[in-house]
Amino acid sequence: MEKENSKKFGMVIDLDKCTGCGSCMVACMAENNIPFREDETDKLLSVSWMHVYRLTNVKPFPDTEECYLPRPCQHCEGHHGHSPCVSVCPATATDYDMDTGIVSQIYTRCFGCRYCMAACPYHVRQFNWWDPLWPDGMEKSLNPNVSVRMRGVVEKCSFCIHRYQLAKDQAYMEGRREIEEDEYQTACTQACPAGAITFGDLNNPKHAVYQMVKPDKKNGGKPKNPKAFRLLERLGTNAKVYYLSSREWVRRAGDNYLKTEGQAKHA
Amino acid sequence: MDSALIPEGVKRCPTWQFIIWIGVVGAVMMWGVFAILLVYIKGLNQTNMNNAYGFALWIWADLTVIALGGGAFFTGFLRYIIGKDELKHIINYAVLIGFICYSSALLILGFDVGQPLRAWFIFWHANVHSMLTEVAFCLTCYFGVLCIEYLPLALENRQIDKVPFFHHLSHNMHEIMAVFAATGAFLSFFHQGSLGGVPGVMFGRPFGFREGVLIWPWTFFLFTWSAAAGGPCFTILITKITEKAVRKKLVKDNVIELLAKISGWMLVGYMVAKIIDTWYWAAFTAPSKGFTLMDFYANNPGSVYGIWILIAEIGVCGVLPALILITDKGRKNRIALFLAVLLAVLGVCLNRWVMVLQVLAVPVLTFENWAQYLPSWQEIATTILPVAYGIIMISLSYRYLPVFPQERELNPIEAPVSQTQEQLPEPETPPAGAEPEPSPSGS
Repeated sequence: MEKENSKKFGMVIDLDKCTGCGSCMVACMAENNIPFREDETDKLLSVSWMHVYRLTNVKPFPDTEECYLPRPCQHCEGHHGHSPCVSVCPATATDYDMDTGIVSQIYTRCFGCRYCMAACPYHVRQFNWWDPLWPDGMEKSLNPNVSVRMRGVVEKCSFCIHRYQLAKDQAYMEGRREIEEDEYQTACTQACPAGAITFGDLNNPKHAVYQMVKPDKKNGGKPKNPKAFRLLERLGTNAKVYYLSSREWVRRAGDNYLKTEGQAKHA
Repeated sequence: MDSALIPEGVKRCPTWQFIIWIGVVGAVMMWGVFAILLVYIKGLNQTNMNNAYGFALWIWADLTVIALGGGAFFTGFLRYIIGKDELKHIINYAVLIGFICYSSALLILGFDVGQPLRAWFIFWHANVHSMLTEVAFCLTCYFGVLCIEYLPLALENRQIDKVPFFHHLSHNMHEIMAVFAATGAFLSFFHQGSLGGVPGVMFGRPFGFREGVLIWPWTFFLFTWSAAAGGPCFTILITKITEKAVRKKLVKDNVIELLAKISGWMLVGYMVAKIIDTWYWAAFTAPSKGFTLMDFYANNPGSVYGIWILIAEIGVCGVLPALILITDKGRKNRIALFLAVLLAVLGVCLNRWVMVLQVLAVPVLTFENWAQYLPSWQEIATTILPVAYGIIMISLSYRYLPVFPQERELNPIEAPVSQTQEQLPEPETPPAGAEPEPSPSGS
């Protein structure tokens, strides 16, 4: 059960600001030692914790509009921590942390059954189809705080949890119990040149993420801000990544609707 | 050469013919073994699975063989618990087919995981909320039960049976087989159901997700039901194919017809439940997530997952075989019976296919497209391997074990003595054209 002082780390991505530059993807790969191959043309075989989608309103010129949507792990809470992936893992290799709200992945326990991948509707979970190999010398630039993953296991965005651990260690050394908002920020948040990504504690009214979306705790964390939405809200995943957009078609692209519920779906 | 091992009173093909047959099927099996080695050495990159298709041909094969192997638990349940005594003439074969199916499923699971050496984590770090955990425990236990059920048959080999200990062990195991049949039925109910729960609990995948009762989605019950209906159909199908292959009648019609009748009524019940489930899912569950029925069946490349698949599963491979099997005329017509059990088996295969692959193919995010997948040759070879393994197991068991209790009666290899004596005009004169003394060496 969630404790009184537990945190709920989450992210708000302002799609009006995102330019689709991909800095978040690059920063994420470098920070988290994400392996890559010489031929990355088949994106369904790539490992990419942060992926930027290009959305369009499918209207002819001059009404065509585009939007870029970065998609990290949504760190779903589901009902009481039963996120789609956590509840299905047969070996408890993934866990929902009630203290942080982060969905973790234990690489050394995962035996690669891929049930979590099947259960995740966001495709944030990816499989290591190959052994990780870096070009000669590049292994020296790997992040020592993040373990590299072996072939045959599933991995996904961790909200850079190693940074949280480092921040907590630092606070402990300085005799503090709590960390400040800016002490724990994800790599993608810091790398975004447009400042489109904001990260913080959704349980803390002082944090920017809380003020931006105003999550309704009594209503499964749904945003009170009318410009904010979560991907696939109707499935009940109770995600902790919120998106902001001033455009109606972008907000509607975040979920599935029947034709009787309004305009047709966006492709 | 191997005549001493062949059961008494039955005729088998010459040894050289048998060796060639096993050699050919064995070559196919070795092709699959080679593919397994490639997968073990190089990893799952040898498959055409990807991050969208984390489950594919192998998981389908797993779910399918387990469903078709359901003939063992359900026939055992009917024979030992319900008391359908006629089924004792086909229970050996049902157990053998179940044993092959379940050992194949375990084999496939052994190379389907990314880190096979850690496969035991499923027991050690078990997550009680996961349907796969339940499947792993029940599957392993039930395979143990199947081994126990198969063992008495193996001990009935002519030479092994000569050892008093094995003779008595086999006899006593037969006596207590009802206990194992009940255990098998209990375990099967749960793991067949849990396999149905695998897609049913995925609330992030509207094609597979179903509501249910307590922790069990409706697919839990539907999978168990379809295995109980389709499993015996598979037993009948394989029996009929075996009879064709050996050109002999092995099981009397009344036994087959009884099993077919029960399967038919099980199939009727399953179809009613499946149609209600499909209607409720299409009318309420999916729309509550923003999907219409046709969202799941339209606009996919080549209409691979067109509405035809639902019609084929429920109509052609569900209702039609059920109607054939519940009618006396249908069961007595050899072609109709064969067609019905074949369609019922295909229906189970198709159901498992959509509940594994279509679940993953349907786009959930509005800005994603249908995922496509074609298995690699390594996946195909490893999936054909269990078929070859099954043929070898059946061939060996049929040759050396008394699998079919009615075979001697249905295929006498000499004329009955009393009849022969009546026909003889002179006791001293040997009958013209009479068969020689049965000799296993001539088999």
